[in-house]
Order: sequence, then structure tokens, then C-alpha cells
Amino acid sequence: MINCREAVERLWSYLDRNLGRVEERELEAHLGLCRHCCGELEFARQVRGLLAKPGVAVEIPPEARVKLDAFLKRLGESHE
Amino acid sequence: MGEPSGVGRPEFSNVVGPQLEYLYALAVRLTGNHTAAEDLVQDALLRAFRGFPRLRNHERPRLWLTRVLTTAFYDRLRDTREPETVSVDEDFDLFDKIVEEDPFPYSDRIHLDFLELFDDAKIIEVLQRLHPAHRAAVILAYVHGFKAREIAKITGAPIGTVLSWLHRGRKQLGRELWDYAARRGLLRSREEARA
Repeated sequence: MINCREAVERLWSYLDRNLGRVEERELEAHLGLCRHCCGELEFARQVRGLLAKPGVAVEIPPEARVKLDAFLKRLGESHE
Repeated sequence: MGEPSGVGRPEFSNVVGPQLEYLYALAVRLTGNHTAAEDLVQDALLRAFRGFPRLRNHERPRLWLTRVLTTAFYDRLRDTREPETVSVDEDFDLFDKIVEEDPFPYSDRIHLDFLELFDDAKIIEVLQRLHPAHRAAVILAYVHGFKAREIAKITGAPIGTVLSWLHRGRKQLGRELWDYAARRGLLRSREEARA
């Protein structure tokens, strides 16, 4: 049985689906018995959710938009 | 500026133009500021233009453009001679730290309360404190949803290196979230709460 430290080390990789089958099973066995690590798992999920929030929107400022559009146009015209 | 051309091929600007918002947002997250982001996007557009004749799937250019922009970002890192990696505090665990410090003594959802301290702008600020290579991996994985093997393809780094960047980036992220909240006075100490 893996210990809490080992389990916590694997949580994000588990959520990322980057664990091998054996490592995954060891982790799931540990999670079945450890409330603390289940809390850590839920927290890792929440942190991932925070990073992936659709609200993390970045808009192009108008001046930058004008410059980038002009640059793109120049590139497009350069091979016509 | 080069000579990409071809009969029946879509125009470069028609393929890339609709991705500008996406590229700019990725560039802001990677560089942390609008001036550097604009510069990085221009660099990426030029590189993309040169590579356009080799692009096969014009319907789904996003992965290709992500690779172009991220490569440009990593090239810049090499030019700035940023150390390839930094040591991280392996013993720091944000979940445990929140329990130990208990900044929300009257709450039964202290971890959620902690995360709710961070709006979009604060998250971008915290991400800037990560080592650039780790930051890029974390952003690609958790903001833009790329798998580790896709990040390896995008960056040209071995998968083991990408997994290491992600591990270190996550460790740094936990530490930086806590430090940011503490530094900005977003946390109340137990003593203050009891007073």
C-alpha cells in the first residue's frame, strides 16, 4: 500500500491520466481508505478548474488589434 | 517576406486571422504583459507565414499555431539565458497549508474559500511567478487543455521533461498561490479572526 506522500504526488497525474495502470490502481486503493487524500484529490480538481475557467478571457486591446491585423495583411499581400 | 503560394490553397490570413484572439490570449499568459505578447504574436505570425506552405490541415490550425507560438516563446527564453529549471519546495503542500493556517476559521469549506480569493487577473499574475518553462507547460496543460504528449510535440521536449515541468510547475503554483494571498493581505490570521 502506498503512503499519503506517494499518493499526493500522483494525484495530478491521475487527473491528467498520465499514470500507468499499476500506479493508478495503487492510488485508487489508497484513496479508498484515506479521507485526507480524497480531500487533496478534490482540491486538485478545484485548482485545475480555477486555471481552466472559461472566464479567464484576454482580449486584444484595440491598438494591438489594429497593428496585428495590419501585420497579417502585409504578410498576406507579400506573396500575391 | 518569403513566397508561400499555391493554387487552391486557402489564404494565410483566412486560416490564421480567426485564431488571433486565441494566440494573443496564449501570448499574454506566457509573457505576462501585453507589450511582450504583441511582440511574441508578431514573431509567431512571421514564423507561421514561413511554415504555411507545409501546413496540411488548414481546417484545424490551432495545434500548429500553438506550436509555432510556443516555440517562439521557448527560443526567447534561451536567448534570455533563463536557467533551465529551478529548485522547488517539494515539501510544500497547499491543501495542508490551508488546513494548518486556517485562514477562514468560521468556514466549513476553507479550501474553496481560499481559491475564491483568485479572480482571472490574479491567476495570470500568480502564473507569472512560475519559472517560464514550467509556466508554459502548466498553461498549455491546464488553461488550454493539452495532454502531456501534445505538449512534448509542441515544445519538442521529451515527455519525461514535460512531466517534470508540470510537476515542478504545480508545486510552484501551490506555493505562489499561498504567498500571493499572504502578501496581498487576503488571509486573516487566526488571532485576527478571533479578535
